[in-house]
Amino acid sequence: MEKRGAFTSWWLPIAFALPQFLLILLFFYWPAAAVIKWAFTLEPPFGGNAEFVGWQNFAQVFADPLYWNSVIVSLIFSLSAALFAILIGLVLALAVDRELPGSGFFRFIYILPFAIAGPAAGMAFRFILSPERGLMALVNQSYPDFWNPGKYGSHALILVIVIFIWKWAGYTFIFLLAGLQSVPRSLMEAAAIDGSSPLRRALDIQVPLLAPTLFFLLVTMMTEAFVGSDTFGIVRHTTDGGPNHGTEVMVYRIVDEAFHGLNYSGASAQSLVLIGLIMIFTFIQFRFVEKQVHYK
Amino acid sequence: MKNSWLLAAAVAASFVSAAQAPAQAATKFEFWHGLSGDLGERVQEACKKFNDSQKDFEIVCVSQNDYAATLQNTIAAYRAKKQPAIAQIYDAGTLDMMLSKAFVPAKKLMADNGYNIDWSNYFPGIANYYATASGELLSFPFNSSTAVIYYNMSALEKAGVTAKPETWEDVADAAKKLKAAGFDCPMAFNFDTWPTMEQFSAIHDQPIASQANGYKSLSAELVVNKTKFIDELKFFKKMQDDKLLVVKTKQLGMDPIPAFASQACQIAMSSIADHGTVGKTIAEGVKWDVGMLPVFKGTERKKSLVGGASLWVLAGRPAEEYKGAAAFLNFIAQPDMVQWWSTVTGYIPVTKTGFEAMKKNGFYDKAPYKGREIAIASLSLTEPTENTRGIRLGNFTQIRKEVSTAMEAIFMQNADIQKEIDQAVERSNVGLRRFEQTYAGEKLN
Repeated sequence: MEKRGAFTSWWLPIAFALPQFLLILLFFYWPAAAVIKWAFTLEPPFGGNAEFVGWQNFAQVFADPLYWNSVIVSLIFSLSAALFAILIGLVLALAVDRELPGSGFFRFIYILPFAIAGPAAGMAFRFILSPERGLMALVNQSYPDFWNPGKYGSHALILVIVIFIWKWAGYTFIFLLAGLQSVPRSLMEAAAIDGSSPLRRALDIQVPLLAPTLFFLLVTMMTEAFVGSDTFGIVRHTTDGGPNHGTEVMVYRIVDEAFHGLNYSGASAQSLVLIGLIMIFTFIQFRFVEKQVHYK
Repeated sequence: MKNSWLLAAAVAASFVSAAQAPAQAATKFEFWHGLSGDLGERVQEACKKFNDSQKDFEIVCVSQNDYAATLQNTIAAYRAKKQPAIAQIYDAGTLDMMLSKAFVPAKKLMADNGYNIDWSNYFPGIANYYATASGELLSFPFNSSTAVIYYNMSALEKAGVTAKPETWEDVADAAKKLKAAGFDCPMAFNFDTWPTMEQFSAIHDQPIASQANGYKSLSAELVVNKTKFIDELKFFKKMQDDKLLVVKTKQLGMDPIPAFASQACQIAMSSIADHGTVGKTIAEGVKWDVGMLPVFKGTERKKSLVGGASLWVLAGRPAEEYKGAAAFLNFIAQPDMVQWWSTVTGYIPVTKTGFEAMKKNGFYDKAPYKGREIAIASLSLTEPTENTRGIRLGNFTQIRKEVSTAMEAIFMQNADIQKEIDQAVERSNVGLRRFEQTYAGEKLN
């Protein structure tokens, strides 16, 4: 017979859950309800008569080609940012996990970028990679427009993705290093005695055993790149969504419409669509990807 | 960070002054503004001068960092019934404020609190931007500017140009000579619509929107795709193709004014409010000057538009605070305060008496302030008309952005001028219709 600890009275667990419940209510459900109300009405910014307009706000959002542009930009951004951040974090973690001389120092260095706020990193990189005054200015002198994020949308998108990766590779590194340290040493030693190279050991033993961590990181990094505050902060301080909407990710568009265009209704409708998209992504990932990643 | 620091400083300052006047507690009220950095500190200084000048009221000035955030936070605060007594709202937010019913009209506030203000003392070219169609001022013009063009006269002389260019054709000629004399960037350019679309249209007597630029009705539509604005863009594009005009943006490394001040570029359009900055940063010995924005040859020049922000008194505060607000607004409109404010910032005086006093003092005769009178001349060149009074459009921040993005596509990616502007106009009109629907049944008075 299974023995479980259980509360005998009904009010005690509720009392324990209450503070958390109140916080979620205040900071999540209440704003979410306000957003839903806004998405179906048109209301003057200062308040007043909110006119119910049904699906009009959504229809306008979906009819806007620039909205679909922002969806595509967001998809490219989050997919490449998540994959590269994990890949780089993995390579760094594998290197540090070998515990060669100096790995303590490098562990510290690799985590460091994560401590820097996204907007600050964006500002710094804007200067470092500025086409006329930064590091690339020298290259541009010999090959004009070799690197010009002010001119080409693709360059600008690469720029913001690189900044995101630069910061978040440190985060994936922490998790992957912790994951690597839980890989049994005996397995690695046995493989080493059998004569397999470090690369072979990494590919055949460490990476497969890291699958649950990698999956967790894929979900969190995709979500972070899609809706995280860094995504907005980096775009806002580096390219401002430009050139010509080239780096206008969905979160940037929402904030811009709401707070600069004072179009709260349209922005709310976009927020709801974004929440829906995130739910679908997460569902797909758990339903189809997670099945493949259990320890066998 | 800076916000909370300023707030802390303001709170600390209020304790200090409270300790000094224990007999009677001063009525405290808040003023939110959108200036930061050097200009933000000047606002704090103005507040301190007011607090030191009397004992009945105490103004607490809080910077919200920029204009958009100030409007944003004012809206949020108003909805939460925690609004400040006075808020500084930029030109583009004027219509939002007017339709909000969330304010006390300037005239009513001053009359209620026993101040007799000569409203005709405000320059009509400035006041009309913030007044109703019938001419009643709803907010107080505060920091006002207009766009001008900056010339590096030393460079122009070296290139053999002796007189300040007056028309765009002259500017193009001067740019050619500069280019021939070895200057890489004759004229700097960015995608700010304020000089290129708004000021250009007013000066050339072109409408920006139907319904008298929106003053008559909320049904106004943007029309810049059918005006000389298109010719202007074509002219600039040609200049860019001839390498006479060089795009300078933050993303590329430098904005036009820093490019001008560092002598990388020799001509630039910007606000008169940058006059102080240029004077402080440009190398000593370099001769530079400002002029009114050029016109196309054969154009009869009209007045330019005022930019900057005005002060709105928000509804729903206790009557005591309105007394304080009225006292403060009266205080900063006194000629000596007007002169002080204009000297330390570069903004122009908004009242005729303020301007006259400064002129009489010889303020405009000597460096570094010489040249600033051009802004006043540009603003009061002709009587305000439908095309030159101002712009009264909802969602105007978004409209600026649509046009600015179109300009980005034109000048950075060689997109078709007419097609891009048509698209920007079409998109802006969708926003205008939504704005009209949001305020259904409202009338502009």
